[in-house]
Amino acid sequence: MPPWIERQRHLMDYTLAAMARRWGRNLGLVAVYTLLVFVLASVMMFTDAIQREAGQLLEQAPEVVVQRMVAGRHDLISADYMDAIAAIRGARQVRGRLWGYHFDPVTAANYTFMVPAANAPPAGRVHIGAGLARARGAAVGDVLSFRGHDGALFSFDIEGLLRAESEIITADAILLSEEDFRAFFGIRPGLFTDISLQVRNPREVTKVAEKIVERFPDTRPILRSEMQRTYASLFDWRQGLVLTVFAGALLAFAILAWDKAAGLSAEERREIGILKAVGWETTDIIAMKTWEGALVSLTAFLLGVLLAYGHVFGTSAVMFEPVLKGWATLYPRFVLTPHVDLFQLAVLAFLTVVPYTAATVVPNWKTAVTDPDAVMR
Amino acid sequence: MIFQPAIIALVLADFLGLVFLAMASVFAVRLLRHWQPASGSAMQLGLERRTYLMSTLVTFVLLTQLGALLLFVLNAERMAPLFVGAMCAVGTLNANPFGFPSLNLRMALFFLAAIWLVMNHLDNRASDYPLVRVKYGLLLMVVAPVAAVTAGLQLAYFLNLEADVITSCCGTLFSSDRDAVAGDLTGLAPGPTLVAFYGVLGLTVAAGALSRRARWLRGLFLVLAPAAFVTAILAVVSFISLYVYEHPHHHCPFCMLQAEYGFVGYGLYVPLFLATALALGHGVTRLFARTPSMTAIVDEAGRRLDGTATALFAVFLAAVTWLIATSNLILLGG
Repeated sequence: MPPWIERQRHLMDYTLAAMARRWGRNLGLVAVYTLLVFVLASVMMFTDAIQREAGQLLEQAPEVVVQRMVAGRHDLISADYMDAIAAIRGARQVRGRLWGYHFDPVTAANYTFMVPAANAPPAGRVHIGAGLARARGAAVGDVLSFRGHDGALFSFDIEGLLRAESEIITADAILLSEEDFRAFFGIRPGLFTDISLQVRNPREVTKVAEKIVERFPDTRPILRSEMQRTYASLFDWRQGLVLTVFAGALLAFAILAWDKAAGLSAEERREIGILKAVGWETTDIIAMKTWEGALVSLTAFLLGVLLAYGHVFGTSAVMFEPVLKGWATLYPRFVLTPHVDLFQLAVLAFLTVVPYTAATVVPNWKTAVTDPDAVMR
Repeated sequence: MIFQPAIIALVLADFLGLVFLAMASVFAVRLLRHWQPASGSAMQLGLERRTYLMSTLVTFVLLTQLGALLLFVLNAERMAPLFVGAMCAVGTLNANPFGFPSLNLRMALFFLAAIWLVMNHLDNRASDYPLVRVKYGLLLMVVAPVAAVTAGLQLAYFLNLEADVITSCCGTLFSSDRDAVAGDLTGLAPGPTLVAFYGVLGLTVAAGALSRRARWLRGLFLVLAPAAFVTAILAVVSFISLYVYEHPHHHCPFCMLQAEYGFVGYGLYVPLFLATALALGHGVTRLFARTPSMTAIVDEAGRRLDGTATALFAVFLAAVTWLIATSNLILLGG
């Protein structure tokens, strides 16, 4: 073995033994350190996982959604627009969508009524989301009743429940037929909520959208890429916000680390004095202290990341849920797909190990340059 | 300003680094004025003690910088979806004029850091610290200013980033009002670059392998190493990227760090950067190794540094050849 490695091995050996002799003191630091890593890692893993889910959902969204604006507000769009849009080269699968919200006083929640593009249930029947079924205690075969736009009572037979895997989007959904939708909300035939379309060549999406605005100045096309960007920056911003809140904790931790490293007990001081008296050099003491810091950091980092992994992917981040994902009466239940990558770990190390190491450099040097005679006298 | 953990981490690391480098610079001024190895005065003893602190501080800062370079690139890759027209890190770095200068300076800082660390390591092995003035002069005059400018540019880059998000005030199509960022790099013509690449890299490895035989070969290797680095980077943009992505127009040097391409980028960049850093460290230290005690140390350590650097260049060359051989892209001939 090269002498350098051999030397570091002995230093590490000594450091471990010395730390084991004072385990109570190190335990406190490791506990606080682990807690810090745990909190930061939880925030990052959770937002990242939820961002990933949102990204996957948006991949299935239509490339362009066209809304009609009246006086700056979203209004119903006429079917005539669809033919003109379909005539634009490159646009395909142009389709009028029908969807809307309805407030249900029974559960004090908003439901999303939607006419699906394919396989719509027959008139008088609906498919409902799992969150809604839970809230209303409804099952297949039951009857759901709502008051329509004119106060008339509408009853629907529940024909099916939407799959639990899709709950993150379908928790509050009610899928129904077009006739039922129009009767329930009082929307005349020939009018739609908005229009969705696909574009054959992804590079032409912006061009197609420009042509739509040119042809119909009262419309607002929303691109999928714009939604993806908005979601991504929203989640980034949330992470950043939470981390800023924790900046105070990070500072407190750095002060604690500094204090722990600076405040040596008389016994430790004597130990350093003896080491130097028996021939250890200043660089050896610094190396030993560096190993001590590395061991503390590694232990705390690994423990913190493991705990955060369990917290986020095992318990769906019970502790930070309300802050990070928002709220709703019919909140979907979903399990996040576990995912950790090098990038997250690198960022986490920069946010925890770097400040810790920085805080201990100067006190460690002060310890290392102690004169043996000054402490052994 | 885009507000997210990686950016906060990079700004934090730069800030800590600058604080430490400022401390080290103040010390460097004192050292340059008062350093007298022959004297046994309290001043000299104090300075000698403090060099331990300073070299630890600077080592810490420079190691952080190595991590920061990687984090900076990975983060640029991550932010690509936030900008219209950006497909990968190239687009993100083009999002404002500070992007590529920040990256280039970060790379310069990486090599400066490596040179300083090699010099410090060798200097500590000589009993009389012959390079102490050179070391702290370099720190004060070059490393600290470059680090400060890098931190400033990076901050300017991050502060001027605006994600192209949907804003409710834009009544009509949002994306068209924004200029798309240039998402692509163009490279030199693949044919001649390929020849130049194999010529320069082959010569470097050959000179490195034979550097123990003659002093001029060692000198040649130390001069060729930086040239090999520049050629290699140009080659990555010009044709290696094309073979990796199996796409005749995708010149991005960053995408190959992603999982889609099996992280082959790390297999290329890690040996290349390390090899160049070691050779530069040896070369620059040799320029200042005038005293006999130092020459012996540099000679002895230089052999090992050159050996490792040559091996790493060879690994890089082998990796590139393997990528070209196994790629499904037929770029030249056919």
